[in-house]
Amino acid sequence: MLTSIKTNELQFESQKIGMMYFRVAIVLFGAQLLMGLIAAAQFLFPGFLFELFDFSVARMVHINALVVWMLYAMIGSVYYMVPFETGREVIGVAIAKLAFWVLTAAVTVVVLVYIIVQVGPGTEASIWLIHEGREYIEAPRWADIGIVVVVLVFYFNVFATYLKGERTGVMTVMVANLFALAGLYLTGMFYTDNISVDQYWWWWIIHLWVEATWEVFVGTLAAFALIKIIGAKREIVEMWLWIEVLMLFGSGILGLGHHYFWIGTPEYWWEIGALFSALEPVPLIAMFVHVLYDWGKEQGVAHAKGEVGSVMNNGPAMTWIVANAFGNFLGAGIWGFFHTLPQVNIYTHGTQFTSAHGHLAFFGAYATILIGMMYLAVQGTYGVKQMKATKLSKWAAFMIIFGVMGMTVALTISGYEQVLVERAELGATWDAFFIAQNLPWMVQGLAWRLTMGIVTFIGFAFLVMDLLSIGKNAKDAQRA
Amino acid sequence: MSKNVSVWSSIPFWRRSAAWVTGFAVVLLIWLTFDTMGQITMGTDDDLKNGVTKRVPAPTVINYKITYEMSEKRGHEVPVIGEKEPFFGKEYSVEEAAAALHIGKLTSQSKNCMNCHTLLGNGAYYAPDLTKAWLDPAWSESGPMMAMTGKSTKEEAIAEFLVNPSKYPTHARMMPNLGITPDEAKGLVAFLKHMSSIDTNGFPRNFGKEIGETNAH
Repeated sequence: MLTSIKTNELQFESQKIGMMYFRVAIVLFGAQLLMGLIAAAQFLFPGFLFELFDFSVARMVHINALVVWMLYAMIGSVYYMVPFETGREVIGVAIAKLAFWVLTAAVTVVVLVYIIVQVGPGTEASIWLIHEGREYIEAPRWADIGIVVVVLVFYFNVFATYLKGERTGVMTVMVANLFALAGLYLTGMFYTDNISVDQYWWWWIIHLWVEATWEVFVGTLAAFALIKIIGAKREIVEMWLWIEVLMLFGSGILGLGHHYFWIGTPEYWWEIGALFSALEPVPLIAMFVHVLYDWGKEQGVAHAKGEVGSVMNNGPAMTWIVANAFGNFLGAGIWGFFHTLPQVNIYTHGTQFTSAHGHLAFFGAYATILIGMMYLAVQGTYGVKQMKATKLSKWAAFMIIFGVMGMTVALTISGYEQVLVERAELGATWDAFFIAQNLPWMVQGLAWRLTMGIVTFIGFAFLVMDLLSIGKNAKDAQRA
Repeated sequence: MSKNVSVWSSIPFWRRSAAWVTGFAVVLLIWLTFDTMGQITMGTDDDLKNGVTKRVPAPTVINYKITYEMSEKRGHEVPVIGEKEPFFGKEYSVEEAAAALHIGKLTSQSKNCMNCHTLLGNGAYYAPDLTKAWLDPAWSESGPMMAMTGKSTKEEAIAEFLVNPSKYPTHARMMPNLGITPDEAKGLVAFLKHMSSIDTNGFPRNFGKEIGETNAH
């Protein structure tokens, strides 16, 4: 990926800007994993970096780096796909590059402040300058405003390009969904002393991102990727996309109710949250079926024409797209459904069970497809016609998927014990918490989580090596 | 589109359906949001004086004794606001209580409580849930924390702990010193007491009713 700065087959500036975002995304991805390892180690060795780099700091950077690398990779994916879909260059190239550098500088400052300053006094100034102390959206208020400005530039660029270029169904869904995705961020930019009101709006961002607009975003990327990789028929893919939008928004928007069971909000959210969030896995099954169906169909058509070999022109990208289709269903769908009913959730809410779901869902639904998009971009950057998976691609995919699954299973076992002992048996007090934390089921689960985290990290190292080398090697092979 | 094509494979049909379903869900969500906001807006001091139950009471709830009791009608536990009791040795005025809650909530964010603890069940899973921490038996007369911190009231014991957490280790996993000042600590205690009075539909279930060891091994 780095050499791509010099050797570049991309015809559009927009795609090069996409590559700029991907490079930062992969660095932040690494930071996320590193912070996760520190936090996982602190569970087992509480003295590790105590009062130097506490769990709260490691955990904050862990989840913030996660959100930010995904946003970077999402913006990168959009800049990459825009010329393909609209058939033209993005309107404002210079301003897009400026926005990239402004955002990257801001992210660097924010992360350095998290790591060096860590906490401030209980004043408004701390919220404005250090962090907001709200999980996932910790970015200080000054950075919020900066993010909004940069995202407005990005959105204007994509929207104007869409208006001037060809308006495909894929792009229509993209611009409509991005509008909602960006607008939702505004609901988190205020302060209140009322923690119930605080968390009510906080969930508007978190839930309506990861269980509605981000999911539609993934559907849109998958549609684009299927057309690019296996030559799926646009009419079919776009029809599926609209059905997915219908099902994802139809279930996901009111599925928000499953976060309103216990935060002070009225009881009617029990029924609304349970009903609609129980429907949330349905579109995820549909998306999985859709990917396999299209793949099988295109392969069949090719065979019928007497062509040999695979219809895929990008093996590693397709691997991650399929991993996404299944991982989304498993992590978001199954692991989410496990604890979405209020009768269950009263015991599981805020335990390692949630953590298990969080890990597999973020990975399965988002990390996978964004990695796939990176492979697609590498292929484009080097102008590779047929990009086959290398040994490194395979090891990376295997170790990352195995590692995350391992962490998820380990945390599920820990969470199961925590639910039974801390919540059901002992009533969730301080004492109950520590009794549950010290039982072997919990401790061994946390140990396996750390082990599997290390496996994931090694897989990540392979992934970076592969992304840096696969394009060049495939290009050389193509020339030869 | 030719007449022979089924509506089920028609892109315009699915596009329209997606728009209608999304629009309906959004309208319903906005409507419910207005209703919920009305129900979770903080009550007033007069509500407390007149015994009007609010899902999120006024900050002056810190002047009252709070318990967590089974409601036969609702089928789960609810916070019950009882007699008046002094908070840090006095009764807080409306302004003082609001100021204490304000500094407490700000401190809870600036000290990043949520990235170790859960609040209303949301946050990280490294440390105990704080939803009903004010009602935790550990801080009561019969619990160990008052004697450990050498304080004679619950609020003073919690405040002392928050200022010097690693001085009072209860487990190998300790709370770090976050530079919390005595004033911020008082605010945090007000914030915790206020949070314990929020009607969370019975979460956490059975809180503080079971004391002692687990039967699991």
